[in-house]
Amino acid sequence: MIELLQEYWQPFLYHDGRHITGLTMTLWLLSASIFFGFIMSIPLSIARVSSTAWVRWPVQFYTYLFRGTPLYIQLLICYTGIYSIAAVREQPVLDAFFRDAMNCTILAFALNTCAYTTEIFAGAIRNMHHGEVEAAKAYGLRGWKLYAYVIMPSALRRSLPYYSNEVILMLHSTTLAFTATVPDILKIARDANSATFLTFQSFGIAAAMYLAITFALVGLFRLAERRWLAFLGPAH
Amino acid sequence: MYKLTVDNLHKNYGSHEVLKGVSLNAKPGDVISLIGASGSGKSTFLRCINFLETPNEGAMSLDNQPIRMVHDRHGMHVADAAELQRLRTRLAMVFQHFNLWSHMTVLDNITLAPRRVLGVSKKEAEQRARLYLDKVGLPSRVADQYPAFLSGGQQQRVAIARALSMEPDIMLFDEPTSALDPELVGEVLKVIQGLAEEGRTMIMVTHEMGFARKVSSQVLFLHQGRVEEQGTPEAVLGNPQSERLQQFLSGSLK
Repeated sequence: MIELLQEYWQPFLYHDGRHITGLTMTLWLLSASIFFGFIMSIPLSIARVSSTAWVRWPVQFYTYLFRGTPLYIQLLICYTGIYSIAAVREQPVLDAFFRDAMNCTILAFALNTCAYTTEIFAGAIRNMHHGEVEAAKAYGLRGWKLYAYVIMPSALRRSLPYYSNEVILMLHSTTLAFTATVPDILKIARDANSATFLTFQSFGIAAAMYLAITFALVGLFRLAERRWLAFLGPAH
Repeated sequence: MYKLTVDNLHKNYGSHEVLKGVSLNAKPGDVISLIGASGSGKSTFLRCINFLETPNEGAMSLDNQPIRMVHDRHGMHVADAAELQRLRTRLAMVFQHFNLWSHMTVLDNITLAPRRVLGVSKKEAEQRARLYLDKVGLPSRVADQYPAFLSGGQQQRVAIARALSMEPDIMLFDEPTSALDPELVGEVLKVIQGLAEEGRTMIMVTHEMGFARKVSSQVLFLHQGRVEEQGTPEAVLGNPQSERLQQFLSGSLK
């Protein structure tokens, strides 16, 4: 166990001599996919609840597609499937993008978490107190101002408990990244296991690291909820 | 010289006609009370005035300027979005259920529309907010609280301060005390009475007959989508002519 730690603490935490690995890689995968997923999900969730069918349906189809298929398959398609198409390889920009394992992984993760996040935010927009929207309209707020000042600030706050869940699930989903040869925590644990045969210890260390990240995330979200959900009142 | 005129307003939900040609003329300083049983169309009429409901027919003018309308299959709309916005900023509405923006502090509730719709500076909007909070009798410390921490009466007074901060031409009250506990009704009515005495033009839907009698300059009794009787509060409430109004008043004065 001591030898295992001496040998592998560096790759487990941040570097294997050539690449960024382990904890740092996992956190990067998580934050990049959460970041892109969040940014994209805001306009998509507004489109998702649109009263115009041709705006709503494409988004509905997208979330159905990405919530209805396993992330593992999405990653395989992004990483190997798309690059096997000749038309993609012939196009220089697409060729450069899809040749890189990291790009493919983050693309698949971001698209996946974005689909779930879109549904979470869309649900919160739908649950918006009708009277508050009416009051905003009665006071002359319309179009993007109505969303920017009243609907989205309220919907995003009310989404927090569900969103924190999605972030933690996404953390656990990053373990699929080894499929695309991305050296995250789990990849290092597998390497350590095959080199030392200390199976329980290798994966135990990985599990403990995921637990620690989850613990920190839960703490952060608790602080966020204390700040942004205070408006729900004393009974909350 | 009228501040607001509404002429022959019609509204139907499908084949059911809720308003069958209701008219109203408000001079500056008028306090007009709309009374009637539930289902008489009084709230719908008030909500049609600022187009929260879409009327089907009728004409309106504000300060003798006719409001341009267009018709489509849903009904009658203000001709363009900017004009609708202008209309709405000049008619400030106070709702039965307050409808404060729950995720914002009291101060943000009051300053949002002046800043983001009227383009008032942050500093001036906050000055207005403090002024009107004081006017509705709330201590300045509530400014940083969320609405959920206030009583119903306090929330409705914040809603009145929010309406005042738009410095509107006309205030619309939609049953402002109906959602309140009985012991909180008085504090809100007192504020509204103070505004009436200042000479503000107001149109309100109310079930408080005693209050309507005290502050109104005109009372309209609506029945099944029509104005059944109208006139001074003394005439309408003191000496009702129609049988329906007599019935309604004897019911509500019990």
